[in-house]
Amino acid sequence: MVGPAALSEACSRTEGLAVSLRGVTKVYDSGVMALGPFDLDVSKGEFVSLLGPSGCGKSTALRLIAGLSAPTSGTVGISKPAGQARPGHSIGFVFQEPTLMPWTSVRENVRLPLKLAHAPAAEANARIDEALTQVGLTEFADAYPRELSGGMKMRVSLARALVTDPDILLMDEPFAALDEITRFRLNNDLLALWRNLRKTIIFVTHSVFESVYLSQRVIVMTPRPGRLSAEFGIDTPEPRGEDFRTSAEYAGYCRKVSGALAPEKPGS
Amino acid sequence: MRVVRILLPVVVLAAGIASWELVVRVNDIPPYVLPGPSAVFQTLVSDWPVLLQSLLVTLLTTFEGFAAAAFGGIALALVFNQSKWLEYSLFPYAVILQVTPVIAIAPLLLIYLSQQTAVIVCAWIVGFFPVLSNTTLGLNSVDRNLAGLFRLYGASRIQTLAYLKLPSALPFILGGLRIAGGLSLIGAVVAEIAAGSAGAGSGLAYRIAESGYRLNIARMFAALLLLSAAGIVIYVLLALTSHLVLRRWHESALGKDN
Repeated sequence: MVGPAALSEACSRTEGLAVSLRGVTKVYDSGVMALGPFDLDVSKGEFVSLLGPSGCGKSTALRLIAGLSAPTSGTVGISKPAGQARPGHSIGFVFQEPTLMPWTSVRENVRLPLKLAHAPAAEANARIDEALTQVGLTEFADAYPRELSGGMKMRVSLARALVTDPDILLMDEPFAALDEITRFRLNNDLLALWRNLRKTIIFVTHSVFESVYLSQRVIVMTPRPGRLSAEFGIDTPEPRGEDFRTSAEYAGYCRKVSGALAPEKPGS
Repeated sequence: MRVVRILLPVVVLAAGIASWELVVRVNDIPPYVLPGPSAVFQTLVSDWPVLLQSLLVTLLTTFEGFAAAAFGGIALALVFNQSKWLEYSLFPYAVILQVTPVIAIAPLLLIYLSQQTAVIVCAWIVGFFPVLSNTTLGLNSVDRNLAGLFRLYGASRIQTLAYLKLPSALPFILGGLRIAGGLSLIGAVVAEIAAGSAGAGSGLAYRIAESGYRLNIARMFAALLLLSAAGIVIYVLLALTSHLVLRRWHESALGKDN
């Protein structure tokens, strides 16, 4: 585990960075080397995608940043917001599955992070309403998860991540299980949210098209153990929309990124 | 289709009762060997005050045993869930208690405990294990990602237990309680039978044993009928509770269309 001293040191060296990984490796108990050594710097407000084949350790990297597991070696630095007075958490996490509590309503699912932080009820209610508005689910606040479609469940999951007003949003292949139409719509909504809220977003995906469409920077990773293979800046300015999705520029980026990904796939 | 499903068992019941009555009348079987259903029903009506008294005694015992089993089973599962050491130390003995036939334990209990207590303990012994094992299973079946989410947001042990583990385990706990309800009745009856005529109790099983000695076979049947009815009511009540609690979210309580 990285001590708090190491964290603050890492952050003071890197002003303006939201996340900073230095020589991070992860070896599982089974002896499998999942990640690294891996370096990553993400600036505040940046949208970065980690792209790679299944099992390349990109989800592992995300879990390390979230503090859900500890690196075997190296340091994980997370910038702390100046005032930590507010209840909640500086990191929001969206899993591949919606990961909702089936036994309670959408509103209570979104309330969870605030409830765990003992936030006062009045403040919590206001924030829940705000988060539900951001994802367009106000009307479904009292519905139960099973009554929602896959895309709507994912929106609830997103609202729950946003409700603490985190600085960093970590997303682990959040739209992988959705149909393409729903995924495109959620991509657009996510971009709009990012434009308005200016959160730092680290987005894990195995879709070249999704990564290019969404990010300012695409980081291609090698198969296990995951290392940095190539890095692409996607310089198309915001706002991006359906025009960008069908443009030659977009196709060009996709070709380049796919090219970086292809040789790493062993015999597939 | 629904009507047929209700109608068929009713028809079978009517046919069974009719042929029973017929066999008794045609062969002129004396009531101390086999009373006809009409005689059983007559006894049920004429002995109702005595039988009702006994029914209440047995139901009270069952309820006390069930409450003890529910509370003990859930509490023990929670303790096991919090401490692996305690689980490893105690779980084998819970299994031993479960696999030893309660009818063999009952006479011993009757020596050391008052009859009232012994009967409740018997009901508890047979009832608590399904609650314990189901609750344990439920507490261990928590969604991994949800557990990760709770860790991410720094949930305390108590919060994780109250907001995540217990709600996740609820369908399992209710399933365990449903089994325990029927078993508690069995435990109560077994202990009453074991106490036998020596006991001071007056439950339904005691009535059955007593009526047997007096060759009052009709009353045996009447008491048996009440025991079955009690078992059915207990099961239906618990199943209904389970359905009402889970109907908004759990697969088991949802209709086919959903």
